[in-house]
Amino acid sequence: MANFYETGPAKPVTESVRVDKVTPGARARHNIRAAAVILFAIIGLIPIFIMVVTAFKTRADVVAVPPKVLFQPTLEGFVFLLTERVVLPPAALAEKKQSLEQLDWMERVAMASGQTITGPSDYVRRLWNSVIIAGISTLISVFLGLLAAYAFSRFPIAGKDDLLFFILSTRMLPAVVVTIPLFLMYRQFGLHDTHLGMILLYTAFNLSLAVWLLKGFIDEIPKEYEEAALVDGYSRMQAFRKIVIPQAATGIAATTVFSVIFAWNEYAFALMLTSEEARTAPPSIATMLGRGGIEWSAIAAGSLGFLIPVVIVTFILRKYLLRGVTFGAIRQ
Amino acid sequence: MTSSAQANVSSPVRAEKPQRKQMSDMTIRNLFIAPTLLLLIAMNVFPLFYSLYLSFTNYSAIARKAPVWVGIENYVNILTDPQMWQYFNTTGKYTLLTVSLQVVLGFALAMLVKEKFAGSGIVTTLILIPMMLSPVVVGLFWKYMYNPSWGYLNWLMGFTNPSVAPDWLASSWARKSVPGLALFAVVFVDVWMWTPFVMLLVLSGLKAIPDYLYEAAAIDRASSWFQFWRITVPQVAPLLMIAILFRTIEALKSFDLVMGMTGGGPGDQTEVIAVNLYRKAFLGQWQTGEASALAYIVLIIIIAISNLYVRYLNRLREG
Repeated sequence: MANFYETGPAKPVTESVRVDKVTPGARARHNIRAAAVILFAIIGLIPIFIMVVTAFKTRADVVAVPPKVLFQPTLEGFVFLLTERVVLPPAALAEKKQSLEQLDWMERVAMASGQTITGPSDYVRRLWNSVIIAGISTLISVFLGLLAAYAFSRFPIAGKDDLLFFILSTRMLPAVVVTIPLFLMYRQFGLHDTHLGMILLYTAFNLSLAVWLLKGFIDEIPKEYEEAALVDGYSRMQAFRKIVIPQAATGIAATTVFSVIFAWNEYAFALMLTSEEARTAPPSIATMLGRGGIEWSAIAAGSLGFLIPVVIVTFILRKYLLRGVTFGAIRQ
Repeated sequence: MTSSAQANVSSPVRAEKPQRKQMSDMTIRNLFIAPTLLLLIAMNVFPLFYSLYLSFTNYSAIARKAPVWVGIENYVNILTDPQMWQYFNTTGKYTLLTVSLQVVLGFALAMLVKEKFAGSGIVTTLILIPMMLSPVVVGLFWKYMYNPSWGYLNWLMGFTNPSVAPDWLASSWARKSVPGLALFAVVFVDVWMWTPFVMLLVLSGLKAIPDYLYEAAAIDRASSWFQFWRITVPQVAPLLMIAILFRTIEALKSFDLVMGMTGGGPGDQTEVIAVNLYRKAFLGQWQTGEASALAYIVLIIIIAISNLYVRYLNRLREG
C-alpha cells in the first residue's frame, strides 16, 4: 500500500484488508475457499464437458464400453443432426470413393460411416422455426413490455400493485393449466401449429417478465431528466424515445436475453401446441430418440449448438443476470 | 409531474419539428398499457376461465361432442383415485428433495464464492451454465450419462462391470430392483441444474449484508457459528425465501426434465403430476375435462403454497 498514492491501485483488491483477515491462517482459509469453489465448478461442469466431447465423437465411439477418453474427433454428430442420409450399398460406396475430391466436407463425413446425404433433416427447419419464433416474440414482448413498464413507472394507475401482481402471476401458471384451453382455442381459430400462434403465446409469457424487469430499470432513471426535457419543449413521446429508451438500454438488453432464453428453451408448449409446421427445436431433439437407434452424438451436438449462444450472452450480461431471475425484485 | 399542457405553454425553443397535436399523458398511458393487458387477458385469463368451465364437463378434445356438464365428478374422481394420490406423493417427494438439497448446496456454494478471489467472476459465471440449458435437452443428455453400459456416470464412479452396476433410470442395482432410484436420479439432475440459481440469489443477499455487522461481532469476540446464525442467516432469509418460492413452484410443475429422462418410468415411479396431466390431456386418453380438473387442483396447490411463502416473507421483512 506504500506507493498507492503514486501508482494508484494496480489491480483490483480481491482480498480483505481487515486486520483480523491478513493473518497467515486467514490467508490460508481464503486460498482453501478459492480452491473449493474451483473444485465445485469443475465437478459441476463435468457433464457439460462430456456433452462437448460427445458431440465430436463418432457413432461407434459414443457407445464404447468403457467410455473412450481419447478418440478421433469428428463432425459426424453435427452432420447427422443437420442431414437426412441413406446407407449406401458397398458397390455404390466404392464408386463414390473414387470421386472423393469433388465431395463437400459434409458428404465426406457421412461417407465415413457408409452413408450418403439425401437432404437437410427436419431439424434444420425446426431450428429455423425456433429462430423465427424466439426472435419475433422477443422483439414484440420487449417492445410492448417497454411501453407498459414506462406507463407503470411514471403515471398514476388505479390498482397499480394489483395489476402488476396479476401480470407477474401469469408467469407462475403451470404450462399445462393453460395449454388445454389454448389448444382448443387455437384449434378453433386455426392457430394450432402455426408460427403466429407460437409467437403470440411466447410473447404473452415473456411479457410479464419484460414488464417487471424493465420497470425496475426505468424506475431508476431519474424523473427529472424527462421533466427537464418536457420543459424544453419535448413532447412526452419525444422524451420517451430520446431520453428513456437510451437510458434503459442495459435493461432492454437484459430483458431481451431472458426472453430469448425462455423462448429458445421452451418445450412443454411447443410439444403440445405444434405438430409439424411450426414445431421448434427442443421437442424435435427429443423425438430424435425414436428413429433408427439413438444418435447420441447428434443429441449432444444439438444440445451444444443450443447452449453456445446462451452462454456467450450470459457472459456478456452477467452483471444483470440477477435482476432477470428475480423478475426485477432486487436492486443492485 | 409536469403536464404536457404546461410544456406547451413554455415556448418550444428546441422543438425540431413543427408542433404536432400532442397526446395527453392519459392517452399515452392507456395506449402503452392496453396491448400488454389485452394480450395477457387473451392468452392467460380467458384460457384460465375456459379451463375452469371445462373441468366441470366430460369434454374430450377429439370427440365430436359438445361438453356435458357433470358437476364436480372430475374432481371427485381424481381425489378418490389412489393412483393420483401416489402421483401427488411422488411430486411432493420430488419437490421436497430437490428444493432442500438446492437450498443447502446453494447456500454453501454462495458462502464459498462470497469473498472475491482472483478469477472469481468468471468461475461464478461458469457455475451458472447448467441453468441456462434447455431442461428437456438436459434430461435427454443425462439419460446418456446414466446409461448402465456406456454412460459416463457409472464409469466415473468406478463401476466397470454393468451387471453389478446400478441402472439408475430403470431403478435397478445389480439386476435387482431398487424402487426410488430413478426418482433419485431425476432429483440429482434437477439439483445439478438449479443449485446455481439458489446460489445466485443467496449470493446477492450475502453481498448486501453490511460489513460493519460482522466487524462489530468480531470486536465482541462472537464465534463464527454465532455470526452465521445471528447475522448471516436472518439477513439472507428474505432472498432465500424468494429462491425457495421460485424453486418450489417450478418443482411442482416440473415437466421437461422428467419427460426427457424417464417419461414417468420405470412403471410409474417418476410419474409426477405434470407428466400425468400431459398423458391425461393429450396422449391416448384425451380426457380434456378431467385433465382440466387436475390442472386446477395443481393451480390451487401452487397458489396456496405461494401465499404461505409470501406471508412468511412479509413477516420476515417487517420483523
